[in-house]
Amino acid sequence: MRTLKFLLRKEFRQIFRNRALLPMIFIMPILQLLVIPLAADYEVKNINISVVDHDHSTYSRELISKIHSSGYFRLADYSNSFNDAFKQIENNKSDLVLEIPHGFERNLIRENSQQLFIAVNAINGIKASLGGAYLNNIIAGYNADLRVQLTEVQKFSRRPTIHITSSNWFNTLLNYTYFMVPGIMVSLITMVGVYMCALNIVKEKETGTIEQINVTPIKKYHFILGKLIPFWLIGVFIFSVSLFGVARGVYGIVPVGNVGLLYAFLAVFLVAVLGIGLLISTYSETQQQAMSLAFFFMMVFILMSGLFTSVDSMPEWAIVIAKCNPMTYFIEVNRMVILKGSSFADLKNHFLIMGGFAVVFNTWAILNYKKTS
Amino acid sequence: MKQFLIFVRKEFYHVFRDPKTLLMLFGMPVTLILLFGFALTNEIKNSKIAVCDYANDEATQRIVEKLRANNSFEIQEVLMSHLQIEEAFKRGKIKLAIVFPTDFNSDLQHVNEAQVQVIADASDPNTATTLTNYVRNIVMSYQNEITDGKTIPYQIKTETRMLYNPELKGATNFVPGVMALVLLLVCVLMTSVSIVREKETGTMEVLLVSPFNPFLVIISKAVPYFFLSLVNLTVILVLSVFLLDMPFNGNIFLLYGESSILIITALSLGLLISNSTQSQQAAMLISLLGMLFPTLMFTGFLFPLENMPLPLQVIANIVPSKWYYIIVKSIMIKGLGFSAIWKETLILVSMTVVLLFVSFKKFKIRLA
Amino acid sequence: MADIAISTNKLTKRFGDFVATNEITFDVQQGEIFGFLGANGAGKTTAMRMLCGLSVPSSGEATIAGYDIYKQTEEIKKHIGYMSQKFSLYEDLNVIENIRFFGGIYGLSGKEIKEKSNTLINQLGLQHEAKKLVGSLPLGWKQKLAFSVAILHEPKIVFLDEPTGGVDPVTRRQFWDLIYAAADRGITIFVTTHYMDEAEYCNRISMMVDGVIKALDTPRNLKKQFSAASMDEVFFELARGAQRKAD
Repeated sequence: MRTLKFLLRKEFRQIFRNRALLPMIFIMPILQLLVIPLAADYEVKNINISVVDHDHSTYSRELISKIHSSGYFRLADYSNSFNDAFKQIENNKSDLVLEIPHGFERNLIRENSQQLFIAVNAINGIKASLGGAYLNNIIAGYNADLRVQLTEVQKFSRRPTIHITSSNWFNTLLNYTYFMVPGIMVSLITMVGVYMCALNIVKEKETGTIEQINVTPIKKYHFILGKLIPFWLIGVFIFSVSLFGVARGVYGIVPVGNVGLLYAFLAVFLVAVLGIGLLISTYSETQQQAMSLAFFFMMVFILMSGLFTSVDSMPEWAIVIAKCNPMTYFIEVNRMVILKGSSFADLKNHFLIMGGFAVVFNTWAILNYKKTS
Repeated sequence: MKQFLIFVRKEFYHVFRDPKTLLMLFGMPVTLILLFGFALTNEIKNSKIAVCDYANDEATQRIVEKLRANNSFEIQEVLMSHLQIEEAFKRGKIKLAIVFPTDFNSDLQHVNEAQVQVIADASDPNTATTLTNYVRNIVMSYQNEITDGKTIPYQIKTETRMLYNPELKGATNFVPGVMALVLLLVCVLMTSVSIVREKETGTMEVLLVSPFNPFLVIISKAVPYFFLSLVNLTVILVLSVFLLDMPFNGNIFLLYGESSILIITALSLGLLISNSTQSQQAAMLISLLGMLFPTLMFTGFLFPLENMPLPLQVIANIVPSKWYYIIVKSIMIKGLGFSAIWKETLILVSMTVVLLFVSFKKFKIRLA
Repeated sequence: MADIAISTNKLTKRFGDFVATNEITFDVQQGEIFGFLGANGAGKTTAMRMLCGLSVPSSGEATIAGYDIYKQTEEIKKHIGYMSQKFSLYEDLNVIENIRFFGGIYGLSGKEIKEKSNTLINQLGLQHEAKKLVGSLPLGWKQKLAFSVAILHEPKIVFLDEPTGGVDPVTRRQFWDLIYAAADRGITIFVTTHYMDEAEYCNRISMMVDGVIKALDTPRNLKKQFSAASMDEVFFELARGAQRKAD
């Protein structure tokens, strides 16, 4: 116990003395949490549209103003030909082209049907299909209005209609930051934990001070605890600032569920994450190696955690990877507790699995960490 | 020149003698391409939804059948109260619930109107809106089926063409992004760390007192990463064309030229970081903790930049990978020539000049 | 037996096919200054790491302060001090903090640590540097401090791996004064060095060539045996036959 006290005192001194590292541990994550969630928004708005109006009729003008006033589209320009409009797409000035054929109004009345042509820049498939769908909706809406106008009161009300009422629970306003903040919080804490822990231990290897420790009667678990506890506390601290300061103070996200439950999970999660850092350090001789390994795994962890894309949509082999990733579980738990107020009973499995990770990573690391060779 | 080559060779040795560094250098691009190509998708698939069919009549069965045919859903048919639905959401069992009230079909037949309720777990707003829209479309298509036979007058039809990416594949968007991400991060990281390491171990002093020009010492550290990055680029391109069936419409030499500019920008940034830090730890944390998320977000391949609040769009302008991403898309996918991307190229070049100027200035001060 | 500090019997370490130390056998008396010499790559460091419990022998036996090298490594660690050729104090802690840390680790009480650090700082004349980060001290001072910290807990034996590398002659002399003082207090000194003048300061010397001990005696006897004028000549005489390349 007394040995541990001396080890902890040394670690804290070293961490707090390092003026170059301190801001990176404490300020960088918070700063990023303030900015990154604002950038993560799937809602497609401000779609730039180029209109090629060959008709110049009342209808075509009405339709264009309808599109304009919808709020989704920004009129990039009126082009005289499709080729001109296509140039706008090539230059990234516009995302979408709507071409209204010559005689649109006349033929709609005469032939009962007319066709518009839409071309979408589909490099970003999601944005393209959403943009196309919005435009089609607006056109359909205009079409319905027009029909009512033209046919006066006919018997369209006799058509069977299914009314769909949709409700969005837990996040009625569909605020995307509510979804992103809990996830990004977890990623930042994971990065700090893994990098700091792995680099710190390897640094002692590189400078040779670990040899000095190894010839002393310090027990293996004392040394490891001495490394884990400070970073564990730093993780808890950053989480608290993120939760109460940034999530609540800035984004106005008030956890619906039990905050104690979150901290309980955080406690286990941090042990698992630091275990990964420890494991990386036992496989590395130099800081560069530790960094390379940590970078590689962090990248995979972040992408395969359901932070940006849904895990359920992945193919089966990828879901297996996601399930082996501790971040996946904490992101899920953080979102569930903060947004939905899930209870311990809902999260039993998550706790169990995270406990398993913590035990496996740390045991593996301790077995692999040798005082003697 | 001979001395310079000797230095460069030494740097290559450093890289190739360390399998863990090699894993990051070459394993990461391959892994990222595979993940983005096959695992990550913005589509919503296999979502578990509950159908609470209190009517269980001909109409609802027909709709449920249509839902089943769609691979976005995994359907469980259970009767649940609102309270039970909430429980299921909290447990993460389902993402959406559809409730058909009793008498759905008879209402539809006799009153010409029926109600269906769609409840989504909007803690994930994207999934919630997407799934709700899918359900809405399916119900609408059923409605259209039963009104068939009547021709609708004055119909405006649309023909939509998806340019560049008719199948709406995610890879088309992701691959240029991955290229930008990998080239930038790996170069910044490796140069900054390799220079600071020499500072830390004291070997930098040895090099600086050698009769060799100190600036060449620095440049020789960057050269191997320049070539390794070109190798990486090639690997990414080969994988994406042959494995992911990506189009390659433009001039390959132009792409390599532009890539070289980005690599040099990244190397200069790494140089600046190494001149501003004293320890490997600090250099790594700046390059990783500090740059990973901003690069992921502000390159523009995960989330469209034009959706972001204006201040963030301004911030994105200082991220070099943003400009490179535009360039790659223009060359590879749109097949455009230099005239379409000279502006972006100019921005990258100016960034490089500024970065190099600042870091050499700092370096000179240290030498003096 | 109580006055034998280190005793080895056919101690061997293999790395694959390579035999780093081959059946070395020797005894070191309590309070002795024992010089452990050999060219680079002769196997000195490997032998020393085994004796400190940093490396497990492939075969052979050894006891350190009466404790078995296989079974009682933790006991051994309580009774030895170690200072390696790499500087091994924490550079980002100050002098006092380093002393307190290592004192605490070896289980000294708060009072003991305080007393010891006071005498140590006075002895080394570091009164003005006590609050300075160790990283900012000149190398010679660092080495003297590292040695003093290595014997802070009054170990039975202290292992010094090239302790005076890169240090000026005056400081080296002062360093050896510290070593003599420690030996006078009954601490056994086990030291490797490349400086042949330092070899002369030792009570007894072993010479290692290609993983085996080629000679072991007092400096005077060795010179006589090889009819050499200085230890330098003795060293050359023995090392010339070496097969292994220095690294």
